[in-house]
Amino acid sequence: MNECLTLNVNGQVHELDVPSTAPLLDVLRNHLGLKGSRYGCGLEQCGACMVLIDGVAAYSCSREIGTLSGRTITTVEGLGSADALHPLQQAFLDEQAGQCGYCLSGILIAAKAFLDRNPDPTRAEIAAALDANLCRCGSHPRILRAVLKAAADMREKVA
Amino acid sequence: MLTFSLKDNPRLDRWLRFEDDHTVRIGTGKVELGQGVLTALAQIAAEELDLRIDQVRMMSGNSVEGPGEGYTASSWSIEHSGAAIRLVAAEVRALALARAALRLNAAPDELTVADGAFLKNGSPSGIDYWSIAGELDLSAEATGTVPPKPLSAHRLVGRSVPRLDLPAKLTGSGFIQDMMLPGMLHARTLRQPGPGAMLLQLDEEMIRRRAGGDIRIVRLDNFVAFAGADETAVRAAAVAATERAIWDNALSLAPEQATPDWVASQPSDDRLMGDPPPEPAMDRVCARFTRPFLSHGSIAPSCAVALYRDGVLTVWSHAQGMHPLRENIARTVGFSLDAVACHHVQGAGCYGHNGADDAALDAALVALALPDQPIRLMWRREEEFGYEPLSSAMTVTVHAGLDGAGQPVDWTTEIWSATHGQRPGVGGASLLAAHAMKTPPPDRKPFDIPLERGGGAARNGIPLYDIGPKRIELHLIHDVPVRTSSLRGLGATLNVFAIEGLLDDLAGRAGEDPVAYRLAILSDPRARRVLEKAAAMANWSSRDAGGAGSGLGIGLARYKNSSAYAAVAAAVEVDEAVRVTNIWCAVDAGLAINPDGILNQIEGNIVQAISWALIEEVRFGPQGIATLDWESYPVIRFSEIPEIRVELVEANEYPPIGVGECAGGPTAAAIGNAVAHALGTRIHDMPMTRDRIMKALMA
Repeated sequence: MNECLTLNVNGQVHELDVPSTAPLLDVLRNHLGLKGSRYGCGLEQCGACMVLIDGVAAYSCSREIGTLSGRTITTVEGLGSADALHPLQQAFLDEQAGQCGYCLSGILIAAKAFLDRNPDPTRAEIAAALDANLCRCGSHPRILRAVLKAAADMREKVA
Repeated sequence: MLTFSLKDNPRLDRWLRFEDDHTVRIGTGKVELGQGVLTALAQIAAEELDLRIDQVRMMSGNSVEGPGEGYTASSWSIEHSGAAIRLVAAEVRALALARAALRLNAAPDELTVADGAFLKNGSPSGIDYWSIAGELDLSAEATGTVPPKPLSAHRLVGRSVPRLDLPAKLTGSGFIQDMMLPGMLHARTLRQPGPGAMLLQLDEEMIRRRAGGDIRIVRLDNFVAFAGADETAVRAAAVAATERAIWDNALSLAPEQATPDWVASQPSDDRLMGDPPPEPAMDRVCARFTRPFLSHGSIAPSCAVALYRDGVLTVWSHAQGMHPLRENIARTVGFSLDAVACHHVQGAGCYGHNGADDAALDAALVALALPDQPIRLMWRREEEFGYEPLSSAMTVTVHAGLDGAGQPVDWTTEIWSATHGQRPGVGGASLLAAHAMKTPPPDRKPFDIPLERGGGAARNGIPLYDIGPKRIELHLIHDVPVRTSSLRGLGATLNVFAIEGLLDDLAGRAGEDPVAYRLAILSDPRARRVLEKAAAMANWSSRDAGGAGSGLGIGLARYKNSSAYAAVAAAVEVDEAVRVTNIWCAVDAGLAINPDGILNQIEGNIVQAISWALIEEVRFGPQGIATLDWESYPVIRFSEIPEIRVELVEANEYPPIGVGECAGGPTAAAIGNAVAHALGTRIHDMPMTRDRIMKALMA
């Protein structure tokens, strides 16, 4: 059943006419053209599809769009762009924290949500916060370093 | 002298072309899998041509215009493609310089090149590569006679140039999964449950109802796919079809068939490699090691895009070789090579032969059935886990003949394994959906990758120590009920685990320290250097007697006995489970093209090997492979990542050698030895789980 719903995605309000059972991930990728959130498993097990829903990191692969009307979504495209990288994206680049890169969108989102709650974390706290995100290339050590660095950079900016 | 890849692709313009936008297009048959190879190859080209890195555009995996270099596999890329690009770039630079000298009425040695512009006695000459490019005949064949730059002249090679592909991947693009073509349809398949399974019944009306949107159903013998503009509907159709289709002769597996013991008990094709068998009277010590079937576990299900238009089938794929893919697809669909074009687009890491090639044929079959419409076909998660080739379960028994002082003087590595080489077109292997066609491909004969090409199951079966006679007895098991093929490291992971495990046991019998024991039988100076380095990094000299729940272990190998040397030390704590707390690794990669890229690869290989050593195991059930998601096939997570320190030993005087797989075997071995040190007893089987710790302690 289609119903008209509104969704704020990366600061832009969209009126959507899609089946209410469509997963948020399909709506983002195929209706809004935001390809940064990735399909990994469709089972809420890998984290490649993570987006912020009202600031909270959440899987988008199985989340039905009908439950989200009026909510605010942030995807990796909403974090920053090539010309204006978010400190997390910049830190990942500085640390070369990635190999194939497929998991990175979800990890950046999870890290963003975490640093918003805990701006001065330890390595172990970051690892615990990212445990829902799988990386198969083994970029974990660099990702942990990058998130620590981003946290420091962001604190410095605030100070 | 012409290198391996240049002999196959002698024309200069397959490798190098000057573009109108003042860049140079560098062709390679090797593809980016997340290992950073395109950045390293661009560095090599920019180095020889005296260009900035941003003046090089890599054209990778183009079956029409680029060089064919087989598969991007076995850590050959820098050794093969890098060597070819280096020679071609040096030769084209020399040709261009000679031409410029004529134009400028100068002697060639008065000219130099900077950022692609010619300088005469150090001053701008007003001309550059692009102003004379039209006068160069790059359709000529390479001679390989122009020597590349000496080491001392390198400006870019040896520098940690940032990965060229990472910025896009950090801002939400860069993958084949993101491709959008006008009029594109999404597609999913209903997989034939095993070769020989026949589709008896498919309720198309039910499938359309469950899809909830407009879908097309493509059916070719036992191959079925669903296509449509709405990906959600197409996915729902495939899920419904998979649940409800009725098959005859579907594959069914028994749980015990997933065990190394079951594999080793099957009839085998036996081969002896290396030195003749030992005298039977010799006093021998042996130990038996195993590992289970492993999944590649790519984080993304495989994906491909295909379009059939005007008699040409174009396929975009993230598989590891576009020239082989073109041949395999053309052969399967009965087209001439000219009518098929394959282009590489990056996907998620694959770590070997996963579903990528097969998804490309799937997309091609749908495109042929629905001409003029681009088809984006993606596998489902359970399809990737259930239908990609596995890495074979293996058993290795290592036998060492000892002298009076307890040192090994004769060595046999005895291996039971299914093949590690079943890439399409290799050893008679085919793409998956070919088995669903009316005339399936003929049965394969027993085949594994020969030792001179690095070996499959036998890879690293010959220890690099000074032992005297050394040999491999390979029992190649042909009749396993699942498809097996290459996973990063191939047989090396278990072979190194076994060899290094027995060496530690032998050191213990002789009452010697494991590092000292190894050094006493190791004359290769490069191997000694990484071993000593890793031991020093781990503060090995302060290692305690062990047995109290914490352990320190070492592992060493030269990958394929021809690529990079890696020594790894691992510190573990063992109670109910094994926790790796620290890894120290020293690597000799020869000339390091991009040191940080090498470190990134090695770190990743270490992390993956920890996951293999402690966690991963494919299981079978009545419906086939039973580990179809990340809960039933867990892999290592962030909170399990140890502190990892990797250092490269300086070895720039040696040619560059492949590094991406060098640390896996040594890491697994170091963990195995550290666990033995911690427990005072050895666990011989991967993964080293809670159950196995308990069993080892009870024994």
